[in-house]
Formats: sequence, structure tokens, C-alpha cells
Amino acid sequence: MSRHVVAAAAEIPPGGRKLVTVRGRPVAIFNIGGEFFGLFNRCPHQGGSLCHGRLTGLLQSHEPGKFTYARQGEILRCPWHGWEFDIRTGQSYCEPERIRTRAYPVAVASGQTVVEGPYVAETVPVSVEQDYVVVEM
Amino acid sequence: MPSCLAGAIDCDIHPAVPGIAALLPYLEEHWREQVVTRGVDDLASISYPANAPLTCRPDWRPERGKPGSDLDRVRREALDGFGSSLAIANCLYGVQLLFSEDLAAAFARAVNDWMAREWLDREPRLRASIVVPIQNTEMAVEEIERCAPDRRFVQVLLLVMGDRPLGKRQYWPIYAAAERHGLPIGIHAGSAYHNPPTPVGWPSYYTEDYVAQAQAFQTQLTSLVCEGVFTRFPALKVVLLESGFTWLPAHLWRLTKFWRGLRIEVPWVDRAPSDIVRENVRLTLQPVDAPPDRDTLLRILDHMQSDELLLFSTDYPHWQFDGDAALPEGLPESLVRRILIDNPRATYARLTEDAA
Repeated sequence: MSRHVVAAAAEIPPGGRKLVTVRGRPVAIFNIGGEFFGLFNRCPHQGGSLCHGRLTGLLQSHEPGKFTYARQGEILRCPWHGWEFDIRTGQSYCEPERIRTRAYPVAVASGQTVVEGPYVAETVPVSVEQDYVVVEM
Repeated sequence: MPSCLAGAIDCDIHPAVPGIAALLPYLEEHWREQVVTRGVDDLASISYPANAPLTCRPDWRPERGKPGSDLDRVRREALDGFGSSLAIANCLYGVQLLFSEDLAAAFARAVNDWMAREWLDREPRLRASIVVPIQNTEMAVEEIERCAPDRRFVQVLLLVMGDRPLGKRQYWPIYAAAERHGLPIGIHAGSAYHNPPTPVGWPSYYTEDYVAQAQAFQTQLTSLVCEGVFTRFPALKVVLLESGFTWLPAHLWRLTKFWRGLRIEVPWVDRAPSDIVRENVRLTLQPVDAPPDRDTLLRILDHMQSDELLLFSTDYPHWQFDGDAALPEGLPESLVRRILIDNPRATYARLTEDAA
């Protein structure tokens, strides 16, 4: 497992997202209210690009006609067939134990620590003045 | 009597009202007079036309009168004939077709009382379903409440094609009453003919009508699941009667597939529809709508992913098979035992009361 610099933090403001490639794998990066998340960008159903999905909340109900809406913005719906995934775990709603996409830890690191290493920054030029988005893979 | 069927519980036979005269003693005075004054001769439905081959097996067809209307023949042919220990009588009479709620309620009461006196009192192996005036939910609930204390009534009988999808909340008091009394909801093939029997309009031929029953069952199953009936009434059992069953695996696959993408419409469906159906829904055996070869049938049963779904039925006197071949050939012995006895007993709580 190593840490990969995938973008300057300013590139992905709150509400933003970016599709990056880490060790040859497509990863969808999301910034939700300042918290970063990364999902393998392939829906386990038929391969839809999760980076292009809509972020919604977790809709539940204990009784027909009654709705509980929580975790606004933390459920990602695949743009192809609407399957829902928890952005924190990559687990599907329909079969959480069996159907999931991989979730990668994403963090923000200061330019100073990035320059000192041991980060992998294959495509992102790094300077000490900026913060960077770092994916663990 | 085929020994392999001994002790079977037949979950779908059809004793018939011989004619409206048989019900007159069971109608309240006002309605009795109305029937006579108006010249109501019978509540006939086109669901089972009198001379259609399906309506009665040739060797069970009486020279005179309606098939299934004579108790001695039912004893001999439907009960002794298969060695059944119990059989559930689902009376198909045109009660659901009426547009007057009061008339429907009066006839439902008459049919149920006639069933209790003329059949259940005289033959201890018989149980029956409660016919309800589905035209009015309150009246249907009243009829369930009225009949439920008689423990020989083991189910509430509905037709698969009525006025509206059965999952709609207007029907929920019926399900609440059924669940409260430990009565499964039996949904039988047939239509009130208030709507065309197909979703695309009125067909021309009986063949089309009968084939379309399977689509109606699928639609009702979808409605019950999506409207959340099993979320609201988790202990409710629904039995599909004379529905066929080979369509079930493909339909459940389709329903579950779309639920995965669209479940936000129906978040109360919090499990895969296929799981819900396997827990709450059962189907009677006849008609076996599969090709008559063992391997094909076993593949279909495998796709059903449960050996608890099928309940033995002969569908007497309807012509679904010949001789005593009520069970398709080649079923594993353990499954036969479940279909004949264990599954019916697990489904109909009231069937085991005598044994206790």
C-alpha cells in the first residue's frame, strides 16, 4: 500500500468530483463538505462510471408511505441502472455483503509533507504552498 | 387410490353451487324475494364455461348438473380418489362479479353458510375458503369476522382479477383481518370482468383468457410486494391458486432486478422481492404448466430456490391431468412429502388444529 498524490485539493472543492487513475485503476474522487472519498470507478453490476452518478441520501422506510431520509449526499447512484452505493464503504444497498465497489481511503496532505515523501506523484506537479488529495492504494 | 398420495392435503378443489335455488335458504328474506322477483337464475361467470374441457375432466363430468356440485361424487372422486386427508374447498361463484355491494355481501354470506351447512357439516375432510364481497372492503372484513370463528374456514378467497391491484391500501383492512385470524389470502384464477382480462384489452377467445391468468398473477404479486403489504403484514401468507408456477422464477428475477435500481420508489421494500415472496407466498401445484419431462421440471424447481413454495392441489373437477397423475413424475421423495403435507400444514395454521 502506498500513497498517491492525485490532485491539488483546490481542484476538487466541496461538492466537486474528479476521475483519476491510480496504478492503472480508475478512481472516482468526491469532496463532500470538505471530506474526501474514493471509489473504484466501476459499478459491479455492468461497469457504469460511478464518477458520473448522482449523489443522493439514504432513503429508508419502516412502513409503506413513511419515509426517512438521512445521510444527504452520501449515497451514490450509478448513472446506468440506479444501483445505490454507500460512498463511505462502497457497499451496495441491494446486497451489501455481496455487491460492492472498492472504497479507497482519501485524505488531504500539505505540500510540505508531500514533498518530503514517501508519496507517489506520477502526474501531479507538487509545490510546498498547496494542499493535495492523496489516495491510498 | 395411488399410495404415493396417501394423506395428502389438497389445497384447491371446487365444490359448486348447483344452482341459485340451493342458496335461497341461506339468503335473508329480502334478498330471497329479490332473487325470485327479479328472476335471477344463477350467478354464472365466463371464467369456466359449462362445456369447456378445462371446466371438468370427462370422467368427473356428471350427466346432469354442474361439475363438483354433488357431495358424494366429491367424496368419491376428489377425496377417496387421491387418498387426501383434507381438501380446501374454493367455491367459484359469481359473487365478485356483482356491481351492487349489498347484493354481493348477501350472496357471500349465503355461499359461506351454504358451504358450512351442506359441505363442511357433512364431510369432516373438507375445509373451505371464505368468499368475501371484495366490492366493499368494510363488508369484506365483516364477512371475515363473521366466518372466522368457524375454524373450518381456513382462508380468505379473492379472484386474481378484480377492480384494482390488490396491493392498494383500500384492501389492507382485509389483510389485517386475515392476519389477525391466521387466515391466508388465497388468490384464485378468475376475473370479476370489471376490467378486461388482459392489460391490452378484451381478447376474443377463452384460450387467451385462461393464458392471461398467469400475467394477472404476476401483476398482483408485484402489487402486493411493491405496495408494501408484506412489510405491513409480515405474518400474512398469500396463496396463489390455480396460478401455474413455472413463470415465477423469471418474474422474480425481473422484479428483483428492477427493484435494485428503483427501490427508492418503494423504500419499504427493504429486502429483495424474491426473498419476500419466498417467505410469504405459496402456490398450488395444478396446473403444472411445464413440459412433461422430468429434467425440465427439476430445472424449474431448482430456479424457484425453495422447496417450501408448492402446495398440493388437484384443482378438482378442472381437467388438468388424467387418472391419478396429480403429481408430476420424477419429483424427489423429500419434495413430494413437502408438497403433499408439510407445506400445506405450514401455510394453513388452522389445518393442524385438529391434530393438536
